[in-house]
Amino acid sequence: MMSAALIVFLILFVAVTVLGFIAARWRQGDLSQLHEWGLGGRRFGTIVTWFLLGGDLYTAYTFVAVPALMFGAGAMGFFAVPYTILVYPILFAVYPRLWSVSRARGYITAADFVRGRFGNRTLALAVAATGILATMPYIALQLVGMEVVIAGLGIRGEAALFIAFAILAAYTYTSGLRAPAMIAVVKDLLIYITVLAAVIIIPAKLGGYSAIFASVEPDKLLLAKDGVRDFGSESAYVTLALGSALALFLYPHALTGVLSASSRNVIRRNAAILPAYSLALGLIALLGFMAIAAGVKSNPAYAAGFATYGNNYAVPALFLEMFPGWFVGVAFAAIAIGALVPAAIMSIATANLFTRNIYREYIAPDCAPERESQVAKIASLVVKLGALFFIVFLPQTYAIQLQLLGGIWIIQTLPAVLLGLYTRWLHPTALLTGWATGIVAGTAMAASLQFKGSIYTLHIFGFALPCYAALSALVLNLIVAVALSALFNALSNAPREDETAAADYH
Amino acid sequence: MAGGKRGHWRWLVRLLLLVPFIVLIDAGFYNRTEPALAGIPFFYWYQLLWVPLGALLLLPVWASESHGRAEDRDKHP
Repeated sequence: MMSAALIVFLILFVAVTVLGFIAARWRQGDLSQLHEWGLGGRRFGTIVTWFLLGGDLYTAYTFVAVPALMFGAGAMGFFAVPYTILVYPILFAVYPRLWSVSRARGYITAADFVRGRFGNRTLALAVAATGILATMPYIALQLVGMEVVIAGLGIRGEAALFIAFAILAAYTYTSGLRAPAMIAVVKDLLIYITVLAAVIIIPAKLGGYSAIFASVEPDKLLLAKDGVRDFGSESAYVTLALGSALALFLYPHALTGVLSASSRNVIRRNAAILPAYSLALGLIALLGFMAIAAGVKSNPAYAAGFATYGNNYAVPALFLEMFPGWFVGVAFAAIAIGALVPAAIMSIATANLFTRNIYREYIAPDCAPERESQVAKIASLVVKLGALFFIVFLPQTYAIQLQLLGGIWIIQTLPAVLLGLYTRWLHPTALLTGWATGIVAGTAMAASLQFKGSIYTLHIFGFALPCYAALSALVLNLIVAVALSALFNALSNAPREDETAAADYH
Repeated sequence: MAGGKRGHWRWLVRLLLLVPFIVLIDAGFYNRTEPALAGIPFFYWYQLLWVPLGALLLLPVWASESHGRAEDRDKHP
């Protein structure tokens, strides 16, 4: 017999699937052109972009993993809040320039821009490869979010995951970016309903917010401080937030959302209205503490879930404990659909990178636009299959560790992509050397931590400074890029290729 | 680009974008429980408060930059 939760879940899931296929006809364009399939024709206005980016950045994995981190590690998990505050001034100030130049020159990826700005194929390839490698494990992690809620519904085995992914692959193939844009609207409405219900109903049942915070162990409630000459987890917290904020819009899926906007003002308006999701995320993070207060870990009903999925089971267990069956269906559907949206956008963004910056640049330079779009569609299938393979056949910790490395890698493209928007003083060979230095140093720092974490303690003038490895590697990258640029520019003042003009950036 | 006084004024307003970084960079300042608000420790409500404040700070910057710039309005259909 099917539970009420499962019936509601299935109805919502089927409705979203139908929507995904209908999306192909929405604001109809010629889907045999890559900018139509892979960027929705750059036609999304303020509201659609808000839903699309909201669905893209605040993923199912986020909604499961952030409260799980709060549940297990406490205050440290709250770094998601300063992270998502700091990201919007950056989006507002910098990315309209990238939108404008991409619009003017027909760029679809960050590597397209780097290729045009610096006229250097190898640097563009480095940016494209970094984007692809950083995104693939991220897609795999979306499946983890989905797997956990499917298990919460009492369905075991991987068959359900296969079906969900086959559906996702089919409508991404036919509809391109229009599918996740349309589905994101449903997903976000479900998320907001769930969050609203959760922050009202659950605290009422647990005796209010003061009772919830009182039930959290004191050492989890605040960041640990280790002594006078050691910044403890406070510096880890801040650098994690800052580094993540700098990295976020360098991710191909985030950039795809930005470039699909219909004007630069759409991006700036969104920097002001996307924080609504950050507020929801902050409240979702607190679900981790509510799960502590509800005592789900010691409840034998959830022992099997915690045994398989660890702390990631905290939120599903909390919902099962607190909500009536039918509403559990709504909440779980919100999370599962919340996995489909970013997974679709990530696979499209990766496919755009492969097609534009590897296939057309190195394999078939003269390919027709129809061929380009076709290659991208197939690439999006391959990417998703790879992610599925990853989750089903390899230990889940591999995906988590690779995603952690992905954050360290993607931030190394910042000098070429973001500083490149303001100056061409930086020399492409210097940028490439800086990028390689950052990748090697960041990976070495993570390796010294056995890939279990990304907080590497720097020792400077007798002070111990725990710092997010992505950020310290980026500083190294910048030092190398600037120093070598000064050297190369002094040695030769031969003009360098730059197909963009100053007017393209406004 | 507007030059002279307008340009300087615009840059000053742009500095508002740095405020979220300044108020969040020193975790030592907000890593404490008191003063609590309705049972919520300072660490949590202080950071949550900066979510809407950070969004509001963008508005004056936006107003100062899009004022009188026709090309900044949605020129593309």
